[in-house]
Amino acid sequence: MSFKGTETYIASNELQVAVNAAIHLEKPLLVKGEPGTGKTLLAHEIANSLGKKLITWHIKSTTKAQQGLYEYDAVSRLRDSQLGNDKVHDIANYIVKGKLWEAFDSEESVVLLIDEIDKADIEFPNDLLLELDKMEFYCYETQETVIAKKRPIIIITSNNEKELPDAFLRRCLFHFIRFPEEEQMKQIVDVHHPGLKEEMLNRALSEFYRLRKVNGIKKRPSTSELVDWISLILRDDLLKDEPEDGKRKLPPHLGSLIKNEQDLMLLERMFS
Amino acid sequence: MFLQLFYALKHEGIPVSLREYLTLLEAVKAGLGETVDDFYSLARTILIKHEEHLDRFDSIFSQYVAGSMKLSPTDLSKIQEEWLKYVTENNLTDEEKAMIEAMGGLEELAKRFQELMEEQQERHQGGSKWIGTAGTSPFGANGYNPAGYRIGQSGSRNRSAVKVWDKREFKDLSDKEELNTRNLKMALRRLRVFTRQGHEEELDLDKTIKNTSKNAGFLQIEMVPERKNNVKVLMLFDIGGTMDDHIDLCSKLFSAAKYEFKHLEFYYFHNCLYERLWKENRRRFNNISPTFDVMNKFNDDYRLIIVGDASMSPWEILHPGGSVEHNNPESGLVWMDRITKKFKHHVWINPNPKDMWEYSESTRILKQCVNDRMFPLTMEGLSSAMQMLKTSNKRSTNVSNSEERFG
Repeated sequence: MSFKGTETYIASNELQVAVNAAIHLEKPLLVKGEPGTGKTLLAHEIANSLGKKLITWHIKSTTKAQQGLYEYDAVSRLRDSQLGNDKVHDIANYIVKGKLWEAFDSEESVVLLIDEIDKADIEFPNDLLLELDKMEFYCYETQETVIAKKRPIIIITSNNEKELPDAFLRRCLFHFIRFPEEEQMKQIVDVHHPGLKEEMLNRALSEFYRLRKVNGIKKRPSTSELVDWISLILRDDLLKDEPEDGKRKLPPHLGSLIKNEQDLMLLERMFS
Repeated sequence: MFLQLFYALKHEGIPVSLREYLTLLEAVKAGLGETVDDFYSLARTILIKHEEHLDRFDSIFSQYVAGSMKLSPTDLSKIQEEWLKYVTENNLTDEEKAMIEAMGGLEELAKRFQELMEEQQERHQGGSKWIGTAGTSPFGANGYNPAGYRIGQSGSRNRSAVKVWDKREFKDLSDKEELNTRNLKMALRRLRVFTRQGHEEELDLDKTIKNTSKNAGFLQIEMVPERKNNVKVLMLFDIGGTMDDHIDLCSKLFSAAKYEFKHLEFYYFHNCLYERLWKENRRRFNNISPTFDVMNKFNDDYRLIIVGDASMSPWEILHPGGSVEHNNPESGLVWMDRITKKFKHHVWINPNPKDMWEYSESTRILKQCVNDRMFPLTMEGLSSAMQMLKTSNKRSTNVSNSEERFG
């Protein structure tokens, strides 16, 4: 069982090694990298190519580790007790399984994506140490230990908004997705827009890398923005000719590449 | 075999533990690192946990491979003790073997070789020379061969093995910063201002009981929003010049602050505050943020922490045009006054020892500027600074009565 990238996802050799190590060693893989380099997509593609079910756990600033395990719905139990519902006698009726429990419970091994773990509270990763390490946890209400039937392949993404604790990092494998170089970028674009003319592709890429190199840009455009941008250009059939007066102009549909007002202003000033 | 790599990493201050080493061995045993390229990716994935360390890893790995590759141009994973013995026994004359023994055995030789490789600045010289003069090693015959580095390259799509780590793409991310900052974090923790805002998600037990009994025993659920640390911090760092002595401590403070405060903004200045600040020290002259803009951008509920040694000529504070770097139209004193008026919760943290302050006139002036709220960069000083930031909060903010404080 090994991951080699898919038809729609070009994985560098390094990334393949990292993913395969994670699969083989049964350890979570922490993926970092610039926004838009395909961190989240990776989990989807692993699930696709290995033919496994994908369970996604999106982390928000309010997410608690416990929510990934289970939640005890005390309120509805209290309500039921007043209404005289028979369900009330079994506490298990009020345990709502979280994503981790779901993944542990599955008969087949699944791919579990813990997306943007850095969004959560500082303590969040620490609360998941044992769960990710041993792939088991204890449910106090029903007094049972939930053990993973098949250890899931866990992919964790982070945008580096917060540093993760060392104890947590030690339990993970780590991969930093480099920004693709022009050669690899061509492959990636080819996957999304097959049959694009070489000349056009080169021009688009050179515009793109030029924008990325501009000093002082806050959010540099990344792969996903490039792909969107090219589809816009293709639709409108733009970017065919060299500018007549030889002046460097701003590329069309700049809004799909540059998402930040200050950056737009900066570029406009530079190119005007 | 990989112990050398492991210790080299450890020596360079990359936090690797035995656990990761064992994981690496397990992975190699399972055949995951067959080629040098793969082994590089594998080792990186397992041993490195911070992108700041990637650059150092690349350079260490490059040294390591340079050392190992010289033994023989073959895949790393195949270099085993037995294999080395085999080479020795088959390719060397008795005389050569004796010489190797005299030098402490092949392993010792390889180790010395490695050390030599690490010492020299230019990677490709000297080491091979050393091998040449010794004339005993089984790898001497190979000599230095640049092609030797490219072993493990498979097909044109993969870049050559060494090129990847020799490029040192992660240089920008590298910070030579030990993350041993727990103490600092604990001190900063004092500045937690818990508020209950946002969605009501927690069961308010007291209120629920009260209202339920009011309701003649019929359940009445009451919810409250969760407690969250909502403190906002603006940090200004003095950088360059006399601050170079404190750079280590300050970067520790910074990484602790980054960890502890959710809303943290930081800027740099030099010596004293003037009309400009900057975010990236490398581009301090062409990427500046006007101090006015910074003051307007952040509300006055931000806590201001200025970190600087306050050591300069008093001229630099008191007079327009006093800055050593540029011609400032207004004196530092004016700016200090402005910013402390705007941010009522402010402290100055000074990495110089407290008993030195009174000997420096500029320190005395600045201490006055920040209303005597200057604290030394020690655990104790930091704790009292945080306490000060918190208590000065009491009189000025009017966050509703739901605000709670924990010391």
